[in-house]
Amino acid sequence: MNNIKNIKTVGLLAQFDDPAALVHAAEKVRDAGYKKFDCHSPFPIHGMDAAMGLKRSRLGWIVGLAALIGTSGALGLQWWTSSIDLPMVISGKPFFSFQAYVPVTFALGVLLSAVAALVGMLALNGLPRLHHPVFYSDNFTRATDDGFFISIETEDPLFDTDRTKSFLASLGGKNLEELREE
Amino acid sequence: MRFNQQTYKLTESGRLGPVALVAGVIGLVLSAVGYLVDARQFFYSYLTGYFFWLSLALGGLFFTMLHHIVGARWSTVLRRISENIMGVLPVLALLAIPLLFGIGELYHWSHSDAVAEDQLLQDKAGYLNTTFFVIRLVVYFTVWIVLTVMLDKISLKQDLGHQPSFTKKMRVISAPGIILFALTVTFASFDWLMSLDPHWYSTIFGVYIFAGSLLGMLALMTVIVLYLGRNGILDKDITVEHYHDLGKLMFAFTIFWGYMAFSQYFLIWYGNIPEETVWFLHRWESSWKTISLMLVFGHFVVPFFVLFPQGTKRNPKTLTLIALWILFMHFIDLYWLVLPTLHPHGVNISWMDITALIGPGGIFTWYLWCKTAARPLLPVGDPNLEVSRRFVNH
Repeated sequence: MNNIKNIKTVGLLAQFDDPAALVHAAEKVRDAGYKKFDCHSPFPIHGMDAAMGLKRSRLGWIVGLAALIGTSGALGLQWWTSSIDLPMVISGKPFFSFQAYVPVTFALGVLLSAVAALVGMLALNGLPRLHHPVFYSDNFTRATDDGFFISIETEDPLFDTDRTKSFLASLGGKNLEELREE
Repeated sequence: MRFNQQTYKLTESGRLGPVALVAGVIGLVLSAVGYLVDARQFFYSYLTGYFFWLSLALGGLFFTMLHHIVGARWSTVLRRISENIMGVLPVLALLAIPLLFGIGELYHWSHSDAVAEDQLLQDKAGYLNTTFFVIRLVVYFTVWIVLTVMLDKISLKQDLGHQPSFTKKMRVISAPGIILFALTVTFASFDWLMSLDPHWYSTIFGVYIFAGSLLGMLALMTVIVLYLGRNGILDKDITVEHYHDLGKLMFAFTIFWGYMAFSQYFLIWYGNIPEETVWFLHRWESSWKTISLMLVFGHFVVPFFVLFPQGTKRNPKTLTLIALWILFMHFIDLYWLVLPTLHPHGVNISWMDITALIGPGGIFTWYLWCKTAARPLLPVGDPNLEVSRRFVNH
């Protein structure tokens, strides 16, 4: 008895026939005002970002900031060590020889950008994540083969189990499932 | 300008061709007058102006071969335009003839009395001598024209009806072609530009010229595409997605040019050997310093930041402006490579610099436009054409 009470619905899953139907349904879900929903398909689908109403990723800004920190940090470090902290004449060149600093500045800029791109991408995607409620659905394994799915989370303010379910069905969704979590 | 939606041919090619031809002829005639006034200045100006247009055509040859080798699909709609640009190479071979008469004026190593007094020039005489120079020039043009004509022929055959063997053939030509291209362009830039100062050498020089040339060609292609698009031609086929990609390529090659330019400078600066640094010293003293700084900011910093945001690459107006700016800076780059040999004490702009740019340029544009008007604007037989039309960036 206790077990049943602890089970709560975390979302709804609906299956669609083909990529075109998925894009079409995603547009409708977007237009209905849902925010916390996702589409699942075995391969990337052209135009899906626009259909889901996704904005441009903020990743570019994160990488840009990292590049700025990398380049200015590298330049600052080299300037401080060789002009302030331990000035040393190297092959008769001035203490602040910016030419010599360019390779390190460039390399550190690229390094921090690359790391920020990877870490930022993972963070924005909410990864790494060990489990997700959609995996409770046995049918969902077809998302890696020939299944096209839309999942809507209960956290969405518009979510109402019955109404959302009939809405997804009206879009042509099949195999409607409630995703439950203990 | 109008074009036929079925055949993709221009039915009305506008006035650009005739106007360019008149400008070209006037430019060449005035330059010929310049030859009588000051032969030395004429040859230096002509080398700069001529090489500018040659480098753009070579960029077209490279782009076409690259397209075939990698099996690119997004650029199929642009292929005919790059083929038209490389198609000017036979005409440019004719325009190289005046340079043959200028070897004495241009190249210090061609004077036997200068060589007799100079150990270094004697050591280099096996390579730097007039006979071998002319032989090499003929070899370069033969390689470029043979590649151009072979690729062009198959491409036009494909327009009439595709066979899978065409795609394969073009790829088979391009793969060794691109190796030959790398070698010929490297040695051509050594011969025509680097040997202006026969004591100086830089092994990266060929790559530096290549980087600037391809960047210039991408800018030219962007200008052509946007010019056609503004007149309602191909605007359904070459879309903002292709503009975006051309912008990205210009951005990439701006960085590549900067990378090569700095690498060349950096090693010479670090090594600090007088026979190498003297070349940069000439360009860092007097008013040449202004041009050097102009290259750093105008050829690298400005295009870098302008092409950085997505917005400028997807906006035809800003993209046209920056493409024209890049073309201008490409000319300044060549000017900076050639003219300090003639005017080591400071920038000395001659009217011949302008006429010798417009002369070959007018002929180049006229011939390019004849090619553009004579053939379909798209490779209509290419099986990837539809994929390329529907191409979208992610």
